[in-house]
Amino acid sequence: MGFSELLIILPQTVLEGLLLGFVYAMVALGYTMVYGVLGLINFAHSEVFMIGAVIGLEVFRFWGNPQAPVIANPFLLLLVALLFAAIGSGIMAVLVERFAYRPLRKRGSKNILVPLITAIGVSFLLQDLTRIYAALRHNEFNMQYRTYDALNTVIELPLQTTIQVKGLIIIVVSVIMLLALTYLVNRTRLGKAIRAVSQDMQTASLMGINPDVIISRTFLIGGALGGVAGVLFGLLYTNVTPYSGVLPGLKAFTSAVLGGIGNIPGAMVGGLILGQLETISGTYLPFLTNGNFGTEYKDVFAFLTLVLLLLFRPQGIFGQNVSEKV
Amino acid sequence: MNGLALPFTLAFTALSILGAVLAPENSLVNLALLASVALASLGRIPTAWRSGLLAVLTLTLTLLLRLNPSDKLAFYGLLGVLVACFLLPNLSTLVRVALGAAILFIAVPIAGLTNSFLFELGIQIGIFAALALGLNVVVGQAGLLDLGFAAFFAIGAYTWGIFGSPQAAQFIQGYPPGGLPGNYLYLFMALAIITAAITGVLIGLPALRLRGDYLAIVTLGLGEVVRILANNLDKPVNITNGPQGITPVNRPEVGFLTEFLQWIGADRIYGKPIDSYITYAFFFYLLVLMVIGVVILVNIRLANSRFGRAWVAIREDEIAAKAMGIPLLPTKLLAFATGAAFSGIMGAVFAAKQTFVSPESFTLQASINILAFVILGGMGSISGAVVGAAAVTVLNIGILKDFSDLLNTWRQTGVTILGYNMANLPPQLNPAKYERLVYGLILILMMIFRPEGLVPEQRHRVEMQEARQEAREGTR
Repeated sequence: MGFSELLIILPQTVLEGLLLGFVYAMVALGYTMVYGVLGLINFAHSEVFMIGAVIGLEVFRFWGNPQAPVIANPFLLLLVALLFAAIGSGIMAVLVERFAYRPLRKRGSKNILVPLITAIGVSFLLQDLTRIYAALRHNEFNMQYRTYDALNTVIELPLQTTIQVKGLIIIVVSVIMLLALTYLVNRTRLGKAIRAVSQDMQTASLMGINPDVIISRTFLIGGALGGVAGVLFGLLYTNVTPYSGVLPGLKAFTSAVLGGIGNIPGAMVGGLILGQLETISGTYLPFLTNGNFGTEYKDVFAFLTLVLLLLFRPQGIFGQNVSEKV
Repeated sequence: MNGLALPFTLAFTALSILGAVLAPENSLVNLALLASVALASLGRIPTAWRSGLLAVLTLTLTLLLRLNPSDKLAFYGLLGVLVACFLLPNLSTLVRVALGAAILFIAVPIAGLTNSFLFELGIQIGIFAALALGLNVVVGQAGLLDLGFAAFFAIGAYTWGIFGSPQAAQFIQGYPPGGLPGNYLYLFMALAIITAAITGVLIGLPALRLRGDYLAIVTLGLGEVVRILANNLDKPVNITNGPQGITPVNRPEVGFLTEFLQWIGADRIYGKPIDSYITYAFFFYLLVLMVIGVVILVNIRLANSRFGRAWVAIREDEIAAKAMGIPLLPTKLLAFATGAAFSGIMGAVFAAKQTFVSPESFTLQASINILAFVILGGMGSISGAVVGAAAVTVLNIGILKDFSDLLNTWRQTGVTILGYNMANLPPQLNPAKYERLVYGLILILMMIFRPEGLVPEQRHRVEMQEARQEAREGTR
């Protein structure tokens, strides 16, 4: 394959990277918000994301049954699915916080590993609960999203690029969500309270903010974003398993770190960069190395870039350098 | 109440032993024996009585296992005694060593000869314990959160896997087509230590400049990189044979052990002439025990050396440690290399034991499991790492599997429990399949109710108590 051909597929590759990047960015926001407030890597967020995907799938199956569809319009159906997934995942995240993380906080342990291990425990628990659910309800492990022609229609764009309608929806929905979140955090009362709690929980509580309520709401918002991202991800890749959340969750977390964990624009930028890195290296590596290094190496590139970047900017792209108190 | 503990325990133990003699195949007797072990270890009993009780219980449980080798409860009881005699504070060293050796070298082999699952369990526990001990140096002692620890295990396993199998002939001209003979394993165990330690330094050099969560994600990423490499290095040059993995990996000669087993008359226990299957099970059991012994010894020596103290200093307060003149990067690198070396050597043993190496065994899941052993056992505590690994392994490949077997039997026979007919239980509900659920639940509950782990390190115990005290005063 010549250089010109490589150049021709570039816009399409970038577009696909953008799609993936937005999904990562949405999940990364969940990580970043929780991290900003609690300083905790909420590993269970990838399962909240996966549960969002499962809820979306159930909505599609329940109301979109092709024999007797209750909601025939696929766009409306998608909207309902997004809504339900956002609510369900948000509530799930709140429950996780209430029953797994809050007791730890009340205990007042200073060891950062304790909540981390709890998060891992929660994520195992949720994976297997979903697996039991899938086994009992569908008697299958690999759940397939319904496909709709209206969502899969291919649109031609300039520069020889094409995108499916659902791809367009992913971009639009995620941009809206990201803008809404930025507005919420920077301009509203709740956002102010969230920032206050993330600055200093004790002082914030002296100022009449109940940190527990604010943390709960942070989890609600982060979980809802994760749920929406889950449905969009399910729509994009059409199948969901109880372990579907792990890899995107990992990538999203990497994006959050890449952008400077705890920083909202950083999480978005990190997600977009990681999406690009992955699709570009995934597309071009086999060509450039005559098929000796396959698409599988895209993750190697993603992680090595992360390592390199962190070596030069240990606090991430947008992260602030926190000076140490002695 | 305390005065009653001794006579009560004595009576109960005597009763359960009497039960074991009269009705050795009854599971109620087993439960009673387990309870006796618990009473003898946890009750307030004078040291001499406790030693005696534990010894008698060991003997009884061993006899029970000899009579019925598939008696899992008796085996767990024996494990309980083993744990008890290493952890109880007021036993004399002689009793500890004698009881421990009796269980490890007499009781378990006798039972294992008829039921090789017990050897398997022992080997598995040993391998995981070595990994936990390695990570304990990194996370527990030096406080460096490493989420890619399985990479070092993989390096060790592939070191022997590639050269001890036909694989190396794929990319080295004139290499023996069947790979190096199995006896080279001993040499490669040493080489695995070196390769794993070098990998530890290589991964550590970039990663250790970062701190906390950044370190976690970078080690996680680099661990994944190692796994992806193992998964894909089958082209352009076939080094790891990709996802198919490498097989057969050669094992050392064990002829001498077969002869030894025949000489001591083990075939009478085994029930048929000693074959290579049981000899290998026994051999790897001994090998793993030996490696674990060495690893523990090195670990204890290191923990009490100036490096060990430097690690703890860095864990407790990095800036203060730096101010006191501890060179941060070299000290951290040493911790990384040491931890890696421990798991590297077990990796080589693992490859020979399985005769098969594939990337499947070294996923992020494996790394997280090892971390969980360390945390469950008690961060920074050497005995904690071993106990954590043993507890989780017994739970995962022992208890849960037994429970699901029991449930299956109930389902087939249609037993009614609390008015619910077990035959109606959906077949998808199989506890052995849902080990993560139980495991996750245990992790969560453990962190909420006993975050310092099963066998806490002294310093952590004090810290956690202080934190609780503070929290209590805060809510008042």
